Amino acid sequence: MNRTIIGGVSDRTNRIYRFAIDETKYLPIAFLLPAVILIFFVVGFPMIYSLYLSFTDFTLLKPTGYEFIGISNYITLFKDRIFWLSFRRTILYIALAVNIELILGLVIANMMSHIVRGRGILRTIMMMPMMFAPILVGLQFKWFFNDQVGLINNILYSITGHPVIIPWLVQKPLGFITILVAEIWMSTPFMVIIFLAGIMSVPQEIFEASEVDGASGWQKFRYVTVPSISPFIFIAMAVRSLDVAKAYDLVSIMTGGGPARRTELIWTYVFRLAFTGQKFALGSSMSFITVLLSFAFTFYLFRKLLKARKI
Amino acid sequence: MKRKEYRKPKYLLSNIILILILSIFFIPSVWIVLTSVRPNIEINARPPIWVPRQLDFTSYTALLGRVESAEEFGFGQSVPFLDYARNSIIASVVSTILALVIGTLAGFVFSSFEFRGRDSIFLSFMLARAVPGIALSLPLLILFTKIGLSDRIYGLIIAYTAMNVPFTAWLMTGFFGEIPKELNDAAFIDGCSRWGAFLRVNLPLILPGLAASGIFAFLTSWNEFAVASVISRTTASKTFPVGLFDFTAEFVSDWRGMCAMSVIMLIPAVIFVIAVQRNLVKGLTLGAIK
Repeated sequence: MNRTIIGGVSDRTNRIYRFAIDETKYLPIAFLLPAVILIFFVVGFPMIYSLYLSFTDFTLLKPTGYEFIGISNYITLFKDRIFWLSFRRTILYIALAVNIELILGLVIANMMSHIVRGRGILRTIMMMPMMFAPILVGLQFKWFFNDQVGLINNILYSITGHPVIIPWLVQKPLGFITILVAEIWMSTPFMVIIFLAGIMSVPQEIFEASEVDGASGWQKFRYVTVPSISPFIFIAMAVRSLDVAKAYDLVSIMTGGGPARRTELIWTYVFRLAFTGQKFALGSSMSFITVLLSFAFTFYLFRKLLKARKI
Repeated sequence: MKRKEYRKPKYLLSNIILILILSIFFIPSVWIVLTSVRPNIEINARPPIWVPRQLDFTSYTALLGRVESAEEFGFGQSVPFLDYARNSIIASVVSTILALVIGTLAGFVFSSFEFRGRDSIFLSFMLARAVPGIALSLPLLILFTKIGLSDRIYGLIIAYTAMNVPFTAWLMTGFFGEIPKELNDAAFIDGCSRWGAFLRVNLPLILPGLAASGIFAFLTSWNEFAVASVISRTTASKTFPVGLFDFTAEFVSDWRGMCAMSVIMLIPAVIFVIAVQRNLVKGLTLGAIK
């Protein structure tokens, strides 16, 4: 403190001032450079490379001597029935998963907000699924829904008294539903944690005022709680939509997209094309289109967010 | 603020339902721990046996390399558990530290400097986060093979660090934004350089943010599957998630061994998450309110 006051406009202060200007110029670049280089190396360059390969007939079997074949991969893709099937199913998967998680998240968070003692412990319990790797959740649910020794069929066995063998992961709508259940189990806690924090940040007086006005429990929830935490709902929905769109681990381990493509989603199909089917370039074109769609969604979202937040 | 309604009977039903719902989210974890210490005969029994009659820790001793019978893990093959553990720990810890350093620097720049192109760079970071690991794994495999990084822990570390930097930068931007500008000004008046202000004033205040970002980065790397499954071929770089996948590839699915490995994989996650729970919630919600 004293030093600065005594220093006044001495040489030393001037030097610091000059430094400050230079630093404002170069420091942001120096600080950002590692991140930019790294992201370009691991994300940017591979995406550009993948775009380039999508215009060739590259396969892993023939890594050299591939030829440029224009947009014919994209034409093949748009004519591909399974591509459209998995595309539609992915959209359905995102819509169902995110909306069910939203509703469950709101309801559970609302219930938890009424509890005063032990809320911290309940929150920790609720966070348990967040610690599971998606691959772990997939493996557990594959086992829970196993037709022979699975937990669900065992429960049904004990209730009904005779062996129940429901092939949960094999039958047509059941496989998709089972994966959806696993996804919802895994990700609802994220919603609950965010919404609970949202509800706790709303001033208690607002709830009391609505009670004085004679609002019922449902009315309080619908017209006070939900609107007050809408920014939280927006961010949670946005983050979740993008994450569910990336779904691969869970489906890959539970069914691998099968049997007979009954649970095929975009990314399991990309993997199948590129590695199992040796159509690496076709897989690249599909991967590129999907990533572009995610980009558009992210771009729209963060534009809105940046405007509201001004960083 | 005290919630007066707590003891009113109108929440009794709600609380009972809540406990039922929470148990659905909690029971699978208990079941996994329980199954990992039960003998295989009980697990595969028909009709099912619900209450354990005896405890059996062979699944854990087998994981640590002491295979006692041929039935363990398929046909007497032992799981290279210690290799997975080493690879997983090195890849996650090193990439978490790197991502924290690089992401924090980026977050500091985003929150405290005004310059042309800042919003574009910030946005491009978020776009990078939207690219799923499986989309990266295909071209990364070719790239890494060319420069000798495939099936190496270094390769995984580089990939994981890059995958974690955007989210770390985003969280840290929020945490730096919480620091009042006046504090920095005060530091400059006292003769601090920008760097000094960053080190002495900002860094201590963002420690909770670092804890939260660190956990997210650690969990992402620790749990990552898509990239590792493509890049890792041998025990030189296979991590836990890839190793777990091997269990299902076995001719005989060993559910007990799978459970034991899951429990071991969960332990660090549970410890870290509980340790920094409060910061985690704050980190997650900061984006929504600021």
